[in-house]
Amino acid sequence: MMREQTIAVWQNQVRMRVLSQGSGPALVFFHGSWGLAWDPFLDELAKSFTVYAPEHPGTTPGAPDDIYHLDTLWDLVLCYDELLQALGLERAALVGHSFGAMVACEVAATYPARASRLALLDPLGFWRDADPIANWMVMEPAQMRARVFHNPNGDAAQRLLGGGAGDDPKAAAAARARLMWALGATGKFLWPIPDKGLKKRIHRVTAPTLLVWGKEDRLVPPVYADEFTRRLANSRVHTVGDAGHAPHLEQPETVARVVREFLTG
Amino acid sequence: MKISAFHLMPHRELPDDFEKRYESVWVTPPWFELADARRVGQYYNWTLDELLYAARAGFDGVCTNEHHQNAYGFMPSPNLMGSVLAKATNGSNVAIVQMGATLPTSNPPIRVAEEYAMLDCISDGRLVAGLPLGSPMDVNLCYGITPLEHRERYREAFALTLKAWQSREIFAWNGRYIQLANVNLWPRPVQQPHPPVWVPGSGSISTFDFAVDNDVCYCFLSYSGARSAKAMMDGYWQVVADKGREPNPYRAGFLQLVVVAENDARAEEKYARHVEYFYHKCLHVPAPWFSPPGNQDYRSLTATLANPVRRPENPKDLKYRDFVDRGYVIAGSPATVRDRLKEEVIKSLRVGNLMVLLQIGSMPHELAIENIDLFAREVLPQLRGTWDDEGWTNHWWPERLRGTAAAPRAAAVAAGGA
Repeated sequence: MMREQTIAVWQNQVRMRVLSQGSGPALVFFHGSWGLAWDPFLDELAKSFTVYAPEHPGTTPGAPDDIYHLDTLWDLVLCYDELLQALGLERAALVGHSFGAMVACEVAATYPARASRLALLDPLGFWRDADPIANWMVMEPAQMRARVFHNPNGDAAQRLLGGGAGDDPKAAAAARARLMWALGATGKFLWPIPDKGLKKRIHRVTAPTLLVWGKEDRLVPPVYADEFTRRLANSRVHTVGDAGHAPHLEQPETVARVVREFLTG
Repeated sequence: MKISAFHLMPHRELPDDFEKRYESVWVTPPWFELADARRVGQYYNWTLDELLYAARAGFDGVCTNEHHQNAYGFMPSPNLMGSVLAKATNGSNVAIVQMGATLPTSNPPIRVAEEYAMLDCISDGRLVAGLPLGSPMDVNLCYGITPLEHRERYREAFALTLKAWQSREIFAWNGRYIQLANVNLWPRPVQQPHPPVWVPGSGSISTFDFAVDNDVCYCFLSYSGARSAKAMMDGYWQVVADKGREPNPYRAGFLQLVVVAENDARAEEKYARHVEYFYHKCLHVPAPWFSPPGNQDYRSLTATLANPVRRPENPKDLKYRDFVDRGYVIAGSPATVRDRLKEEVIKSLRVGNLMVLLQIGSMPHELAIENIDLFAREVLPQLRGTWDDEGWTNHWWPERLRGTAAAPRAAAVAAGGA
């Protein structure tokens, strides 16, 4: 059964809703730039873990302006520290996707003891001049789908980005606003180039780390995995076929299995 | 009323297939394929000459503006242009209207306060200080400012600018985005307590509030004419009324594209291709770039998405006559232009500070001069007295120029040449 709680951190100025499900060891999932939607991947993980999925500041319904209380990535990391404290999680498995994977890695670098293991799905955080990351925040919806998904017309793309022909216009407008605001509130920590200094801090990570990468990621190409593995002594990469930048949405069972095996292994 | 000549400083010779071959006129147009520095030097000089011609022909003000990586307007520093204009118009009653230097892209933003103070000193108090928010293309895409911070940075810089001009004491500014321990502006402006401030906007409700709360002149810099601006400007006047301010027409500025010829048919012959060049090539920008996520606050975002305006027509589908019929461009004989400007723009939108764009797109220098000259001789004098019967004071114009019409033509030319 899905549980829901909203926790106020940062002198009660930042409200973060946390969805949770399952039982077993604690796992915290950090969502990507497109906002949190509970998905089959999280359902799979909830069979073996107590999954906590917090919403990035500003993306919790009813609290859009809370994001204005944060200035820098440092503030954001401290917010997560307060959130984990409030959840009673001294130490947990941290899993993140894209921007969320970058944040999970920053939390693990700042508070090495908080991460028992780290699973990063197509993480952001580095920049290679030879492999520039296109700015997905200013793309036409169709262009964004094609960048993020291996199959831009599949169910996974539809669930994350909307845009189905049969959508009710009112619901579509609300979904569009939610998506745009999630891009804006996460973009605050990414614009204009998604390298905010992780290279200076990642050496502090002590948790064993798994990198999962969609083989067809056209947004953050798999070559970026090297940036992580060469800096993390205890890390390995698993690539997933028929998947783009969101492998956990396009291949939920495969990715959930790989992550579960890594976290319990 | 006050009528000023506006200039974008466009590339005048983009290739015929520009909009098919390239992604955008802004941010990504490739310089080495499209431009030549010596030729561009000619454009800058033509731009200055056209604005100076307007100044000497009887316009009340000359306007420059800031854009970056933009082939339709590449004055990255409007104050360099404004400085030349200020010096060359000394001795005249022409205002130097900077529309203007963009606060969020200036670091630290007191640079704008300093340069405007310089311009006010050089021009002996003839500066109008435009303080634009800046477009998402310029500020977010070219200058890397985070969209979610764009408006906050602007508002903080705006408050700092006003304080820096006026404070008698040296002060420390411990802001969210700006920290300066010793703000002590050298020079200070001639105009006291500070030069008149204009805030250009594009119809966002939060900017209406900001303009009225700060008692500045709100300017809508439109490329699509008065008809599509009507609802927006009515919204502005409603905010003015709601906040208990008087409906002084000089609270509003508006930019209008205008071409004048001997008669309506000649206007089409002379100007049609330049107007189409402007709308087809110069406004060629991908739609999402106008609204990067976070640039609009959440309230405006949901309002926009919940009440989508009818999808605006694509200018690329329109031709010269469409642009004229729909008022994007006011075109024709002096009588036609006069009447349409007065009814559709000045009266309908209640505009006291009108800006006209007379060099449009590919329009060559000689033709731009003809357009400026005919407007100054046959249109401007008949519009100047439009608001006189209502007796308003233009608090948003340099004080010593408020009572004056620009000097008569012959005298102005002589003064300018002196």
